[in-house]
Amino acid sequence: MSNELLTDIKNALVEGKPDETVELTRKALKAGIEPMMIINKGLSEGMDIVGERFQTGEYFLPNLVIAASGMNQAMEILEPELKSLQQAAESLGIVVIGTVAGDIHEIGKSLVATMLSVNGFEVHDLGVDVANETFVAKVKETGANILGLSALLTTTMTIQQQVINALEEAGVRDKVKVLIGGAPISQEWAEKIGADGYAEDAIGAVELAKSLVG
Amino acid sequence: MRPKLKLLSDELVDQIISEGFELLMDPGVRVHNEEALKLLADAGARVDFDTQIAYIPEKVARGALETRPSEFYLYNLDGEQVVHYGGDSVQFDPGSAAITVLDSETQEQRQPLTGDFVKFVKLVETLPQLDAQSTSMICVDVPEEIGDLYRLYLALNFTRKPIITGAFRKDTWWTMKDMLSAMVGGEKALAEKPIAVFDVCPSPPLLWSDLTCQNMIDSARHGIPSQLVSMPLAGATSPVTLAGAVVQHTAECLSGVTICQLAQAGAPIVWGGSPAAFDMREGTTPMGAVGTWMIDCAYTEIGKALGMPTHAYLGMTDAKIVDAQGGLESAGGTLLAALVGVNMVSGAGMMDFESCQSFEKLVIDAEIIGMAKRLIQGIQARDNPIALTLMRELGHRAEYLAQPHTLKWFAEELYTPSSVIDRGTLDGWKRKGAKTSWERAQDRVKELLATYETPSISDDMRTELRDITTQAANKFGMDELPPLQID
Repeated sequence: MSNELLTDIKNALVEGKPDETVELTRKALKAGIEPMMIINKGLSEGMDIVGERFQTGEYFLPNLVIAASGMNQAMEILEPELKSLQQAAESLGIVVIGTVAGDIHEIGKSLVATMLSVNGFEVHDLGVDVANETFVAKVKETGANILGLSALLTTTMTIQQQVINALEEAGVRDKVKVLIGGAPISQEWAEKIGADGYAEDAIGAVELAKSLVG
Repeated sequence: MRPKLKLLSDELVDQIISEGFELLMDPGVRVHNEEALKLLADAGARVDFDTQIAYIPEKVARGALETRPSEFYLYNLDGEQVVHYGGDSVQFDPGSAAITVLDSETQEQRQPLTGDFVKFVKLVETLPQLDAQSTSMICVDVPEEIGDLYRLYLALNFTRKPIITGAFRKDTWWTMKDMLSAMVGGEKALAEKPIAVFDVCPSPPLLWSDLTCQNMIDSARHGIPSQLVSMPLAGATSPVTLAGAVVQHTAECLSGVTICQLAQAGAPIVWGGSPAAFDMREGTTPMGAVGTWMIDCAYTEIGKALGMPTHAYLGMTDAKIVDAQGGLESAGGTLLAALVGVNMVSGAGMMDFESCQSFEKLVIDAEIIGMAKRLIQGIQARDNPIALTLMRELGHRAEYLAQPHTLKWFAEELYTPSSVIDRGTLDGWKRKGAKTSWERAQDRVKELLATYETPSISDDMRTELRDITTQAANKFGMDELPPLQID
């Protein structure tokens, strides 16, 4: 019975049915399955399949995003349960992410945030047009080990440099790895401004983040 | 008969327009500009100044559609009408604001310098297929704060064609307006015979930024045409259905026309855009996608149904080098734009989405444009009877090459491309070095640039342009301008 439910959760996630994923997660809890088991044997395994299918070209971005949304909604139900059991979902690290000041492009940044979140990072998404000092304050507040800075414009990519400078001035530069991304961004640019890494897409960002905190 | 493409049924046109109007009321339009919000409130829109959302009733937007001109002209620097915005006129300008240029020798992308931009302007000047210039690239050797106006300064020194441009800031627009006025003898003359258009881009979904709104208001008040560049990204920042993306485009453009006309009734404004069918695998914005072309064509139909002059970003490619993908994607978009009757088609020379400009691609694209322009001239009888007299005269002899009829009509009937397109024999092609289209385009760029002649602009005018630009440059730490390489 419990195995069957976990398989159903996995399948609902993979098939892009967030409502059903949530429903089945509730059912599993009622049936007495441990929250950690639901995460590890249901949701995470489902996300792994979705990730694989995306990489082989069978799945597309909407499949990825809707599965991630299903996972996040299910986690909202599971987290209070974990807390009451004094457990926590394994967190790979704390990420603060946002699009830099003067830039309102959202899609790429949100995709990276989502993928990091479903891959076990605790993500604080500050949104778009984020002031430099807001990034610094949030890094301090959360004790983040990763800061993600997105910029889509050639006119705003220089802001990434400013944020790195602001981290230095605040004395927290060595506490956090800075990852940058966006259409005009390159590895070359990352090196030039002293960022710790650059990834071309959301999947690459997850791999990079894992390697930097691993 | 002029061949004409239609993608939307009359019922669908009506429904798209109707839903476009409805979006203006619910959820309303985000307008991050106080002046525009006040204009809208005064005209009867419900405005929430805290959230900066305007709820625009249909009758307010309809009012704007009554005062906007359905057509207007752009003039060249000799004061001649050369671009007609309106009806089914079709004209072309290069894609604008590229962040890289494809190096002519290495075929690698690099950052554009002012020298590249001047070379590009000169090349456009030599290509009759292109009806207007654009401020085509962002030069990295210019202080960022004056990047927009410095491009215009350079272009005005080397062109006679009208220019599609845009401002990156609110204050630089004024300097650019002064430059344009100086070229034609004052603001009044500029309003009467505009030589430039400013692109203004709403942000999807349904947002007018402070900058773009102000540029549009200032342009309207000076009689300078604005060109709306609405860019729904189907499936990412707009509904994924092509019709849904067009509904969003309609609402964004309707709100733009409304703000523009409230600022100055009768100001010229263009229904345009640069939408894309989001790539669901790569997360990119492909310009060479058939879905992108279809959204462009469909919103052009909507613009025409509302009596608006039209514009679209078409004829570009997502290819990273000048290759087969580049050719097929650029041709597809260009031919469709011509068939649907887009008044100004921006995009020639552009590749890697809207990132990179290429001299060589531009001369290849000029051939596509030449063919597209021929295509929409359509097929005409030319003679009456069409062929009977001639064919009876010749009987069964294949001697048409020797006929005066052939000499009379061949140039108009049969479009002949430049040497970029190879139509020689295999031996002939080998004799000329067995060159690829990229190599032939390289040759053609050099040939054309050798024919360029700097326009005769009076020293006084050049000095005035220089003074206006220097004043703006001074504010941003550039003491004097580098010398221009005037031949």
